[in-house]
Amino acid sequence: MAIDTIEPSSISAGAASGPRVSFRPSSAIITIAAICLIVVVASAIFAGVLAPQDPQKLAPAMRLKPGMPGFPLGTDAYGRDLLSRILHGGRISLMIGVGAAIVSVTIGLTIGLVSGFFRWADAIIMRIMDGLMAIPSILLAIAVVSLSGASLKTVLIAIIIPEIPRVVRLVRSVVLSAREEPYVEAAIAIGSSLPKILWRHLMPNTFAPLIVQGTYICASAILTEAILSFLGAGINPETPTWGNIMAEGRAFFQIKPSLIFWPGVVLSIAILSINLIGDATRDALDPRMKQRGTGK
Amino acid sequence: MLGYLIRRILAAIPVMGVVALVVFLLLRLTPGDPAAIIAGDLATPEQLERIRTSLGLNEPLHTQFFTWIWRILQGDFGVSLISQVSVIKMIGQRIEPTISIALSTITVAILIAVPLGVIAAWKHGTWIDRVVMSLSVLGFSVPVFVVGYVLIQIFAIEFRWLPVQGFRSITGGFGPFFERAILPTMALSFIYIALIARITRASMLEVLGEDYVRTARAKGIGEAGVLMRHALRNAAVPVITVIGTGFALLISGVVVTESVFNIPGIGRLTVDAVLARDYPVIQAMILLTSGLYVTVNLVIDLAYTLLDPRIRY
Repeated sequence: MAIDTIEPSSISAGAASGPRVSFRPSSAIITIAAICLIVVVASAIFAGVLAPQDPQKLAPAMRLKPGMPGFPLGTDAYGRDLLSRILHGGRISLMIGVGAAIVSVTIGLTIGLVSGFFRWADAIIMRIMDGLMAIPSILLAIAVVSLSGASLKTVLIAIIIPEIPRVVRLVRSVVLSAREEPYVEAAIAIGSSLPKILWRHLMPNTFAPLIVQGTYICASAILTEAILSFLGAGINPETPTWGNIMAEGRAFFQIKPSLIFWPGVVLSIAILSINLIGDATRDALDPRMKQRGTGK
Repeated sequence: MLGYLIRRILAAIPVMGVVALVVFLLLRLTPGDPAAIIAGDLATPEQLERIRTSLGLNEPLHTQFFTWIWRILQGDFGVSLISQVSVIKMIGQRIEPTISIALSTITVAILIAVPLGVIAAWKHGTWIDRVVMSLSVLGFSVPVFVVGYVLIQIFAIEFRWLPVQGFRSITGGFGPFFERAILPTMALSFIYIALIARITRASMLEVLGEDYVRTARAKGIGEAGVLMRHALRNAAVPVITVIGTGFALLISGVVVTESVFNIPGIGRLTVDAVLARDYPVIQAMILLTSGLYVTVNLVIDLAYTLLDPRIRY
């Protein structure tokens, strides 16, 4: 039925914690998305070489200058080169995206396996997850950061907590259907140990949807970090992240809109590319999805 | 139906219980003295003691929890640590802009997204479909604050058609209210339009392949009648569902949008409370928005029976 197009595997939609709906991009769009992502990742990795200036170097005489040789996108309110800050900012933003995806998938996988396999634990775990999912993720994240202090670790924790219930739900749903399969019954019948059943027979079923979910979490985490920084509840403002650069640009928006525009464009391209690649990965890993939701 | 309603309300109790526990433990599980965390590094011993007394931090943990829950059930969310005003009173003073923006966003989003989704499904595979789908992908990827600033740049700074920021109450006249509400509504509805348009399209595509649609066409009913009366009514359940589940998007979006457009609503109140570590306000906002989310989704579940009489609880 039509509701199938809101996949549990893709319920993430970023910081907003709303549902994410499937999209079937064409191969040309996926290629463009992949190229964009490679460029963004490569420019973040090689920021030290590519950046024309030191992203932290203050130059009051150069403040809010337009683009010029050596400063292609101009400078910010402290005279720092905008392009260099965007390139370096990608490092932290992408690191948060990948880190949040890996950690939340790992924790969610463990809890989801337990919840899906042990009926006695399921009721308790799922009530806790339902409760966590009812809290708007951005409110929970800014509350965690404000109480624990703004550091990379705190921001990561604040982003990961709201993502875990979504992974748990996904893993649980996969395990619930897989545990009724004959091969699991056979494994139980021949006396396989519990860790072995979970590890060798149930967990591999979760890999495909988790890879897809991981990409959505990555995009969502990058967006949440940007929102947290933008609201003033993110990583130390001196550290260049895409969110921090935009947050600093707010006060000067009417004089120099490019301080928000350029990091916003790069952030949007990164999130769009990751989301499109997530959709393409889902189609590649589960060809049935291609037929579903097309209405044919 | 009554039995289902009671079951659903009972099921919401543990969910809200977990929310309350998380909100309560958030401060208590943070390393360090909660009073010092709230008051900051420059607090005097008197200020720390006042916060401890106000939050009941000198009591055992379980006593603190049950006392706190009991007060909340009576509608007492405490007093702001900064302004010393009742939290409920503060929220009451700031709720109007938020409700105005949220309601106008939902209205605009539905009015734009549902027709877009219907047309995209009707013209499936054509350029119209591709444009609608591309816009909806963009809606998910461009952060609301970037959309907000782009709109300000275009409509307020370049063309000078609308004010840059601010809010005017509707009681002071519709004109000033309207011109300040346009840009925040447009910014906030972008992602909501993306979500609803996509679901409407998918749901309509499903329904348009059904036998009763073919029958309606065979009877000679006009295309508009087929789409609106036969297809859209049957495609409505997933659309209404996503409006409910997307409610979380709206809450997060409101927090950001109010900051971009300098709107004195409860989103801005929350951000200010977080930056000032005004914990009673943060607690109240998380509890109330979570409660609202649970309630909205409960109401939507019950609305299914009105939309689709085949659904019986």
